Amino acid sequence: MAVYKRPTSIADAPSGYCPGCLHSLATKLVAQAIEELGQADNSLNIISVGCSGLNILYWSGDFLSTAHGRAPAAATGAKRANPERLVFTYQGDGDLAAIGLAEIMSAANRGENFTVIFANNQTYGMTGGQMAPTTLIGQKSTTSIYGRDPKTTGYPLRMCEIISTLEAPRFVARYALNSPKGIMDAKKGIKKAFEMQLAGKGFTFIELLTNCPTNWHMTPLQTLDYMNTNTIPYFKPGIYKDTEENA
Amino acid sequence: MTVINDYLCKGCGYCIRFCPKHILELGSERNKRGHFYPVNIDTEACTSCAICATVCPEGAIEIPEKGEN
Repeated sequence: MAVYKRPTSIADAPSGYCPGCLHSLATKLVAQAIEELGQADNSLNIISVGCSGLNILYWSGDFLSTAHGRAPAAATGAKRANPERLVFTYQGDGDLAAIGLAEIMSAANRGENFTVIFANNQTYGMTGGQMAPTTLIGQKSTTSIYGRDPKTTGYPLRMCEIISTLEAPRFVARYALNSPKGIMDAKKGIKKAFEMQLAGKGFTFIELLTNCPTNWHMTPLQTLDYMNTNTIPYFKPGIYKDTEENA
Repeated sequence: MTVINDYLCKGCGYCIRFCPKHILELGSERNKRGHFYPVNIDTEACTSCAICATVCPEGAIEIPEKGEN
Protein backbone atom coordinates (compact mmCIF):
# COMPACT_ATOMS: atom_id res chain seq x y z
CA MET A 1 0.00 0.00 0.00
CA ALA A 2 1.23 3.41 -0.86
CA VAL A 3 2.28 5.80 1.90
CA TYR A 4 0.31 8.65 0.33
CA LYS A 5 -2.13 8.40 -2.57
CA ARG A 6 -4.23 10.96 -4.38
CA PRO A 7 -7.90 10.37 -3.51
CA THR A 8 -10.17 9.11 -6.29
CA SER A 9 -13.18 11.24 -5.29
CA ILE A 10 -11.54 14.20 -7.03
CA ALA A 11 -11.11 14.26 -10.79
CA ASP A 12 -7.86 13.05 -12.29
CA ALA A 13 -7.18 16.50 -13.70
CA PRO A 14 -5.95 19.86 -12.38
CA SER A 15 -8.51 21.71 -10.25
CA GLY A 16 -9.99 25.01 -11.42
CA TYR A 17 -8.39 26.80 -8.46
CA CYS A 18 -5.52 29.29 -8.74
CA PRO A 19 -1.97 28.11 -7.96
CA GLY A 20 -1.48 27.84 -4.20
CA CYS A 21 -5.21 28.13 -3.38
CA LEU A 22 -6.01 26.12 -0.27
CA HIS A 23 -9.55 25.45 -1.51
CA SER A 24 -8.22 22.53 -3.53
CA LEU A 25 -6.37 21.30 -0.45
CA ALA A 26 -9.60 21.46 1.55
CA THR A 27 -11.36 19.47 -1.17
CA LYS A 28 -8.58 16.90 -1.13
CA LEU A 29 -8.87 16.53 2.66
CA VAL A 30 -12.62 15.97 2.42
CA ALA A 31 -12.10 13.36 -0.31
CA GLN A 32 -9.47 11.58 1.79
CA ALA A 33 -11.65 11.57 4.89
CA ILE A 34 -14.56 10.10 2.92
CA GLU A 35 -12.41 7.40 1.38
CA GLU A 36 -10.82 6.45 4.67
CA LEU A 37 -14.31 5.97 6.09
CA GLY A 38 -15.27 3.82 3.08
CA GLN A 39 -18.06 6.26 2.14
CA ALA A 40 -16.87 7.26 -1.36
CA ASP A 41 -19.99 5.80 -3.01
CA ASN A 42 -22.32 6.93 -0.24
CA SER A 43 -21.38 10.59 0.00
CA LEU A 44 -23.28 13.58 -1.33
CA ASN A 45 -21.46 16.89 -1.73
CA ILE A 46 -23.80 19.90 -1.62
CA ILE A 47 -21.88 22.54 -3.54
CA SER A 48 -22.61 26.23 -3.16
CA VAL A 49 -21.77 29.27 -5.27
CA GLY A 50 -18.41 31.03 -5.35
CA CYS A 51 -14.95 29.56 -5.69
CA SER A 52 -16.32 26.56 -3.78
CA GLY A 53 -18.55 26.05 -6.83
CA LEU A 54 -15.49 25.08 -8.88
CA ASN A 55 -15.90 21.71 -7.23
CA ILE A 56 -18.60 21.03 -9.82
CA LEU A 57 -15.80 20.22 -12.25
CA TYR A 58 -13.40 18.78 -9.67
CA TRP A 59 -15.54 16.50 -7.50
CA SER A 60 -16.02 13.11 -9.09
CA GLY A 61 -18.49 11.74 -6.54
CA ASP A 62 -22.19 12.62 -6.26
CA PHE A 63 -22.95 16.29 -5.82
CA LEU A 64 -25.80 18.75 -5.85
CA SER A 65 -25.25 22.30 -7.04
CA THR A 66 -27.43 24.77 -5.14
CA ALA A 67 -28.39 28.44 -5.19
CA HIS A 68 -26.11 30.98 -3.54
CA GLY A 69 -26.06 30.45 0.22
CA ARG A 70 -28.80 27.82 0.18
CA ALA A 71 -26.60 24.75 0.53
CA PRO A 72 -27.68 24.03 4.15
CA ALA A 73 -31.34 24.17 3.08
CA ALA A 74 -30.70 21.75 0.20
CA ALA A 75 -28.64 19.53 2.50
CA THR A 76 -31.53 19.44 4.99
CA GLY A 77 -33.82 18.04 2.31
CA ALA A 78 -31.21 15.66 0.93
CA LYS A 79 -30.38 14.27 4.36
CA ARG A 80 -34.00 13.91 5.50
CA ALA A 81 -34.88 12.08 2.28
CA ASN A 82 -31.74 9.91 2.39
CA PRO A 83 -30.83 9.54 6.05
CA GLU A 84 -28.26 6.81 5.36
CA ARG A 85 -26.16 8.98 3.06
CA LEU A 86 -23.13 11.01 4.14
CA VAL A 87 -24.30 14.55 3.30
CA PHE A 88 -22.05 17.57 3.61
CA THR A 89 -22.07 21.12 2.27
CA TYR A 90 -18.94 22.76 0.93
CA GLN A 91 -19.23 26.53 1.29
CA GLY A 92 -17.05 29.62 1.19
CA ASP A 93 -17.26 32.60 3.50
CA GLY A 94 -19.16 34.87 1.13
CA ASP A 95 -21.70 32.11 0.64
CA LEU A 96 -22.06 30.95 4.23
CA ALA A 97 -21.47 34.11 6.28
CA ALA A 98 -23.20 36.66 4.02
CA ILE A 99 -26.01 35.60 1.70
CA GLY A 100 -26.50 32.23 3.39
CA LEU A 101 -26.41 33.40 7.00
CA ALA A 102 -30.09 32.66 7.58
CA GLU A 103 -29.82 29.14 6.16
CA ILE A 104 -26.74 28.17 8.14
CA MET A 105 -28.08 29.56 11.43
CA SER A 106 -31.44 27.85 10.96
CA ALA A 107 -29.93 24.51 9.97
CA ALA A 108 -27.48 24.67 12.89
CA ASN A 109 -30.24 25.63 15.30
CA ARG A 110 -32.41 22.73 14.14
CA GLY A 111 -29.45 20.40 14.59
CA GLU A 112 -29.82 18.85 11.17
CA ASN A 113 -27.73 15.71 10.86
CA PHE A 114 -25.24 16.81 8.21
CA THR A 115 -21.76 18.32 8.11
CA VAL A 116 -20.80 21.80 6.96
CA ILE A 117 -17.32 22.34 5.54
CA PHE A 118 -16.72 26.09 5.62
CA ALA A 119 -13.68 27.38 3.70
CA ASN A 120 -12.89 30.87 5.00
CA ASN A 121 -10.52 32.88 2.80
CA GLN A 122 -11.72 36.33 3.96
CA THR A 123 -12.67 37.49 0.48
CA TYR A 124 -15.08 37.01 -2.39
CA GLY A 125 -12.58 35.19 -4.59
CA MET A 126 -14.60 34.37 -7.68
CA THR A 127 -16.06 37.83 -8.27
CA GLY A 128 -12.76 39.64 -7.97
CA GLY A 129 -11.86 40.14 -4.32
CA GLN A 130 -14.64 42.22 -2.78
CA MET A 131 -14.91 42.61 0.98
CA ALA A 132 -16.54 39.64 2.71
CA PRO A 133 -18.08 39.53 6.20
CA THR A 134 -14.92 37.76 7.32
CA THR A 135 -12.42 40.24 5.80
CA LEU A 136 -9.99 41.30 8.54
CA ILE A 137 -9.80 44.82 9.96
CA GLY A 138 -7.42 46.80 7.78
CA GLN A 139 -7.37 44.17 5.04
CA LYS A 140 -7.61 45.67 1.58
CA SER A 141 -10.14 44.49 -0.99
CA THR A 142 -11.69 45.99 -4.10
CA THR A 143 -14.56 47.38 -1.98
CA SER A 144 -12.37 48.46 0.96
CA ILE A 145 -9.42 49.97 -0.86
CA TYR A 146 -7.99 51.66 2.26
CA GLY A 147 -8.51 48.54 4.36
CA ARG A 148 -11.66 47.41 6.20
CA ASP A 149 -12.88 50.09 8.58
CA PRO A 150 -15.04 48.75 11.44
CA LYS A 151 -16.77 52.14 11.81
CA THR A 152 -18.60 51.68 8.54
CA THR A 153 -18.43 47.94 7.84
CA GLY A 154 -18.33 46.30 11.26
CA TYR A 155 -16.08 43.53 12.46
CA PRO A 156 -15.19 40.18 10.86
CA LEU A 157 -17.74 37.48 11.67
CA ARG A 158 -16.43 34.56 13.69
CA MET A 159 -18.79 31.80 12.58
CA CYS A 160 -17.40 29.03 14.81
CA GLU A 161 -17.90 31.15 17.93
CA ILE A 162 -21.44 32.10 16.88
CA ILE A 163 -22.51 28.55 16.00
CA SER A 164 -20.95 27.05 19.12
CA THR A 165 -23.28 29.18 21.27
CA LEU A 166 -26.30 27.34 19.84
CA GLU A 167 -27.70 24.35 21.68
CA ALA A 168 -28.07 21.88 18.81
CA PRO A 169 -24.64 21.65 17.08
CA ARG A 170 -22.58 18.67 18.23
CA PHE A 171 -19.08 19.41 16.91
CA VAL A 172 -17.76 22.86 15.95
CA ALA A 173 -14.07 23.33 15.13
CA ARG A 174 -11.74 25.60 13.21
CA TYR A 175 -8.46 24.60 11.57
CA ALA A 176 -5.81 26.57 9.65
CA LEU A 177 -4.52 24.96 6.48
CA ASN A 178 -1.24 26.88 6.29
CA SER A 179 0.97 24.30 8.00
CA PRO A 180 1.38 20.51 7.83
CA LYS A 181 0.15 20.23 11.43
CA GLY A 182 -2.95 22.29 10.72
CA ILE A 183 -3.70 20.17 7.66
CA MET A 184 -3.36 16.89 9.57
CA ASP A 185 -5.52 18.22 12.42
CA ALA A 186 -8.11 19.39 9.89
CA LYS A 187 -8.31 15.94 8.36
CA LYS A 188 -8.85 14.38 11.77
CA GLY A 189 -11.56 16.95 12.50
CA ILE A 190 -13.35 16.35 9.20
CA LYS A 191 -13.21 12.61 9.78
CA LYS A 192 -14.60 13.00 13.30
CA ALA A 193 -17.45 15.19 12.02
CA PHE A 194 -18.32 12.61 9.34
CA GLU A 195 -18.19 9.78 11.88
CA MET A 196 -20.54 11.69 14.18
CA GLN A 197 -22.91 12.29 11.29
CA LEU A 198 -22.90 8.61 10.34
CA ALA A 199 -23.69 7.76 13.97
CA GLY A 200 -26.68 10.15 13.76
CA LYS A 201 -25.37 12.57 16.39
CA GLY A 202 -26.44 15.77 14.66
CA PHE A 203 -25.06 18.99 13.20
CA THR A 204 -21.29 19.26 12.75
CA PHE A 205 -19.42 22.34 11.56
CA ILE A 206 -15.82 22.52 10.34
CA GLU A 207 -14.24 25.86 9.47
CA LEU A 208 -11.04 25.73 7.41
CA LEU A 209 -8.93 28.88 7.19
CA THR A 210 -7.71 29.22 3.62
CA ASN A 211 -6.01 31.85 1.50
CA CYS A 212 -6.51 33.70 -1.77
CA PRO A 213 -3.17 34.49 -3.41
CA THR A 214 -4.88 36.12 -6.40
CA ASN A 215 -7.07 38.60 -4.52
CA TRP A 216 -4.72 39.18 -1.60
CA HIS A 217 -2.15 40.12 -4.28
CA MET A 218 0.54 37.90 -2.79
CA THR A 219 2.56 34.87 -3.81
CA PRO A 220 1.24 31.56 -2.41
CA LEU A 221 4.11 31.40 0.09
CA GLN A 222 3.48 34.98 1.28
CA THR A 223 -0.16 34.12 1.98
CA LEU A 224 0.92 31.39 4.42
CA ASP A 225 2.94 33.97 6.40
CA TYR A 226 0.08 36.48 6.22
CA MET A 227 -2.23 33.85 7.68
CA ASN A 228 0.19 33.28 10.58
CA THR A 229 0.52 36.97 11.44
CA ASN A 230 -2.99 38.23 10.69
CA THR A 231 -5.65 35.58 10.15
CA ILE A 232 -4.84 33.08 12.90
CA PRO A 233 -4.62 35.67 15.73
CA TYR A 234 -8.21 36.78 14.92
CA PHE A 235 -9.72 33.46 13.82
CA LYS A 236 -8.21 31.22 16.47
CA PRO A 237 -8.06 27.54 15.48
CA GLY A 238 -9.41 25.04 17.95
CA ILE A 239 -12.39 22.92 18.94
CA TYR A 240 -15.20 25.20 20.04
CA LYS A 241 -17.80 22.60 20.88
CA ASP A 242 -17.56 18.84 21.20
CA THR A 243 -20.43 17.07 22.91
CA GLU A 244 -18.59 13.75 22.58
CA GLU A 245 -15.77 14.95 24.79
CA ASN A 246 -17.56 14.43 28.11
CA ALA A 247 -19.79 11.62 26.96
CA MET B 1 10.58 8.57 -2.55
CA THR B 2 8.34 11.23 -4.10
CA VAL B 3 6.45 10.77 -7.35
CA ILE B 4 5.60 14.23 -8.68
CA ASN B 5 2.86 14.45 -11.28
CA ASP B 6 4.06 17.48 -13.24
CA TYR B 7 0.79 17.67 -15.20
CA LEU B 8 -1.18 18.47 -12.02
CA CYS B 9 1.44 20.78 -10.45
CA LYS B 10 0.83 24.54 -10.36
CA GLY B 11 4.23 25.48 -8.95
CA CYS B 12 3.01 27.06 -5.65
CA GLY B 13 6.16 25.92 -3.83
CA TYR B 14 4.49 24.66 -0.63
CA CYS B 15 6.25 21.29 -0.87
CA ILE B 16 9.61 23.01 -1.25
CA ARG B 17 9.04 25.16 1.87
CA PHE B 18 7.89 22.31 4.10
CA CYS B 19 10.29 19.51 3.04
CA PRO B 20 12.22 18.76 6.26
CA LYS B 21 15.22 17.45 4.27
CA HIS B 22 15.29 20.43 1.87
CA ILE B 23 15.65 18.14 -1.13
CA LEU B 24 12.87 19.58 -3.29
CA GLU B 25 13.72 22.38 -5.69
CA LEU B 26 11.79 24.22 -8.37
CA GLY B 27 12.97 22.75 -11.66
CA SER B 28 13.92 24.68 -14.78
CA GLU B 29 11.37 22.97 -17.01
CA ARG B 30 7.77 24.04 -17.44
CA ASN B 31 4.82 21.66 -17.56
CA LYS B 32 2.11 21.62 -20.22
CA ARG B 33 0.32 24.62 -18.72
CA GLY B 34 3.45 26.71 -18.21
CA HIS B 35 4.13 26.12 -14.51
CA PHE B 36 7.60 25.31 -13.20
CA TYR B 37 7.36 22.16 -11.12
CA PRO B 38 9.54 20.81 -8.29
CA VAL B 39 12.09 18.05 -8.64
CA ASN B 40 13.56 15.79 -5.97
CA ILE B 41 17.30 16.49 -6.09
CA ASP B 42 18.39 13.80 -3.62
CA THR B 43 16.19 10.71 -3.71
CA GLU B 44 18.61 8.89 -1.38
CA ALA B 45 17.94 11.38 1.43
CA CYS B 46 14.14 11.20 1.05
CA THR B 47 12.52 9.48 4.04
CA SER B 48 9.01 9.24 2.49
CA CYS B 49 7.60 11.34 5.34
CA ALA B 50 4.86 12.53 2.94
CA ILE B 51 4.83 16.11 4.25
CA CYS B 52 5.26 17.37 0.67
CA ALA B 53 2.26 15.29 -0.41
CA THR B 54 0.22 16.46 2.60
CA VAL B 55 0.69 20.16 1.84
CA CYS B 56 0.22 19.81 -1.95
CA PRO B 57 -3.12 21.50 -2.75
CA GLU B 58 -3.47 19.70 -6.06
CA GLY B 59 -2.62 16.22 -4.81
CA ALA B 60 0.16 16.16 -7.39
CA ILE B 61 2.61 14.28 -5.15
CA GLU B 62 2.23 10.61 -4.28
CA ILE B 63 4.47 8.52 -2.05
CA PRO B 64 4.57 4.83 -2.98
CA GLU B 65 5.67 2.18 -0.48
CA LYS B 66 9.43 1.57 -0.50
CA GLY B 67 10.34 -0.78 -3.32
CA GLU B 68 6.96 -0.27 -4.98
CA ASN B 69 8.28 2.37 -7.34
